[in-house]
Amino acid sequence: MQKIALAGAMLAVAALAPPTAANESVLKESAKPEQWVLQTGDYANTRYSKLDQINRDNVKDLKVAWTFSTGVLRGHEGSPLVIGDIMYVHTPFPNIVYALDLNNEGRILWKYEPKQDPSVIGVMCCDTVYRGLAYADGMLFLHQADTTLVALDAKTGEVKWQVVNGDPKKGETNTATVLPVKDKVIVGISGAEYGVRGHITAYNAKTGELVWRAYSVGPDEEILFDPEKTMSLGKPVGKDSSLKTWNGDQWKLGGGTTWGWFSYDPETNLIYYGTGNPGTWNPVQRAGPDGKPIDHKWTMSIIARDADTGVAKWAYQMTPFDEWDYDGVNEMILVDIPVNGQMRKALVHFDRNGIAYTLDRVTGELLVAEKYDPVVNWTTGVVMDKNDPRYGRPVVVPEKSTFLNGEDVDTKNICPAALGTKDQQPAAFSPRTGLFYVPTNHVCMNYEPYRVSYTAGQPYVGATVSMFPAPGSHGGMGNFIAWDAGEGKIVWSKPERFSVWSGALATAGGIVFYGTLEGYLKAVDEKDGTELFKFKTPSGIIGNVMTYSHNGKQYVAVLSGVGGWAGIGLAAGLTNPTEGLGAVGGYAGLRDYTALGGTLTVFTLP
Amino acid sequence: MSNRREIFSHRFATSAEKIEQRKKLGSIVQRAGFALILAALLLSFSSLTSGAEEKKKNVDGKWETEDGTPTYHVAEDGTVDWYTYSGFRRYHAECHVCHGPDGEGSTYAPALVQSLKTMSYDDFMLVVASGREVVRADKQSVMPAFGTNHNVMCFIDDIYVYLKARADGAIPRGRPAKRADKPQAARDYEKTCLGEN
Repeated sequence: MQKIALAGAMLAVAALAPPTAANESVLKESAKPEQWVLQTGDYANTRYSKLDQINRDNVKDLKVAWTFSTGVLRGHEGSPLVIGDIMYVHTPFPNIVYALDLNNEGRILWKYEPKQDPSVIGVMCCDTVYRGLAYADGMLFLHQADTTLVALDAKTGEVKWQVVNGDPKKGETNTATVLPVKDKVIVGISGAEYGVRGHITAYNAKTGELVWRAYSVGPDEEILFDPEKTMSLGKPVGKDSSLKTWNGDQWKLGGGTTWGWFSYDPETNLIYYGTGNPGTWNPVQRAGPDGKPIDHKWTMSIIARDADTGVAKWAYQMTPFDEWDYDGVNEMILVDIPVNGQMRKALVHFDRNGIAYTLDRVTGELLVAEKYDPVVNWTTGVVMDKNDPRYGRPVVVPEKSTFLNGEDVDTKNICPAALGTKDQQPAAFSPRTGLFYVPTNHVCMNYEPYRVSYTAGQPYVGATVSMFPAPGSHGGMGNFIAWDAGEGKIVWSKPERFSVWSGALATAGGIVFYGTLEGYLKAVDEKDGTELFKFKTPSGIIGNVMTYSHNGKQYVAVLSGVGGWAGIGLAAGLTNPTEGLGAVGGYAGLRDYTALGGTLTVFTLP
Repeated sequence: MSNRREIFSHRFATSAEKIEQRKKLGSIVQRAGFALILAALLLSFSSLTSGAEEKKKNVDGKWETEDGTPTYHVAEDGTVDWYTYSGFRRYHAECHVCHGPDGEGSTYAPALVQSLKTMSYDDFMLVVASGREVVRADKQSVMPAFGTNHNVMCFIDDIYVYLKARADGAIPRGRPAKRADKPQAARDYEKTCLGEN
């Protein structure tokens, strides 16, 4: 205990740095533990709360305080926000916003429902999820499925301005939250399965005017990379760092979409985020002019950009020449932790590719890259020797290369599956333990690429994927783990029947919360993962757990409503390859445990 | 293998209905500019007059019922015809992100192993080509129109016969264990239809 407390005292969370340049409102409001003003809790994406009224001794007594039905039955990702006496709840398409009065038993103060062309539903890959609102300067930022960004007056729900970020007719849609930084709102885009070329855009928070846009792939002036000053693994990226890693003009359908999370460090004034997969899932069609793999920069990368100009300070590509759909969009968590005995200003990222990365967030130096699920088998690991020409690159296992095996060949037993060891569901960091708490998938796949042609606004996939629980393991499809990012080691791992598709929450009460696809809200001990509490909510949970306090009482809230990526494979049950080819699905489907829903459940102590 | 009588006695629309459907489909296809599909339709038009269908025939490795509707073929040893296998692959690239693995459905899109028990080939073509929207307070489901998508429309018969085989219980979940070789006709067609390679 003493040791934990001491370690906790040493750790500083980046978001608590002095408010020099950031959005004053976000820093001020997110520092109040009774509120929840960003989806990720704070600029550093820690998902940690200082509230400690609910703790490891009394969490077993947690009871439902109240519930709220959203009236929508699609997958519910993200979480509500609480600012002052008001809770803001969002829904999947049609992206309704409710303002609920916490002083009046959740009475609806106002409701905003945008009018969107429903045809956008059909071009959204993997359900109509939306990962929620963000708050700054008295405004709520709603980013609709059809890519319309709306600023609402948080008090009245009145529209202050709106702007359109993309074109759903070309497959451009939105599922992500936005990040208000200084006088801007940072916004991403979805649709890599439609050949969309990804970008992030900064809009003026007061007017909605476009300030800068940075593409993930393309010419230097469009990706806002400075050949001399933008660094990668300690070296300047040089001229045409993206263009020269593509065959001809394929970069125009280059993917690299930006549908994950954003974080921000006021000290470095840098925004951090990841980019998605490169265009089609058939790597053979993306090979270089010589028929060999080519990097497709800057897809599958972590990028740090100056908040004012959008110019990249550094970038690191995790999965060059993707052959498995391992999008790099998962959250970047900014914390100061000891790495090899030395305190570092770190960025920690749990990638879809099954590797957890710890980098220096100021310089982009790669510090740690280790598998966070032992079954990961497409790579033997990342080359960490700076003198090796392959420095920073993963070593691909030839048998697992869907490129080497080629078109029309089914590459078998690749771990993780395309949905990654972890997808967007965000991890939490506790400064008390110095550990990361990570919801994971324990799923592998067979992957068969083949030729596809591109049509605007139509899917551009080009691979058949079948998924199944990791063979030779506990039979479940998920784990909830504690991770030491300085050492690159799993501290404990708790098996789950299904993928854990819910964002975690760590609190000063010594507990960590997460939801399960069957619908359980669970609380576990931060030290060893011992389950202390569980309650079955009305539907499967793919939302993120949040906490707030009102009139001196702590509450924990979560959206349930099964769906999303998880709702595709798991609703039907995955097939089990160990029963032989063409086997009947050996695993009970999620539909045996839960059905559609859309409910907020709020818990407190009696 | 479920009983064959049931497989071949599924309800068919009257000829008048069929003609109406095919007219609608014809205009969709024209809009989409899909000469090949039109050709395929005309082919099935010509066989409209034929009545009962107890037999199916093999045309260059592609199986059809007597009225020219594409169908699957599963040999005694479980070997599926090329087009059923191709349909398995195409389905799992283009359709499964909504309709789930093996046509089993997802939390937001119907299980096609159920739909194809009653849905006709023509209706299937219509919905795939032109899409379908159900937008109500309690339900928002949108099937996009794939009429201009070569990756779907060039292989629409393959996808249909695969799903039909699944719906009839003729093949189990998962990848078909054994398949016939790819016929030359399929190679030629693929090249022409995709307009590349």
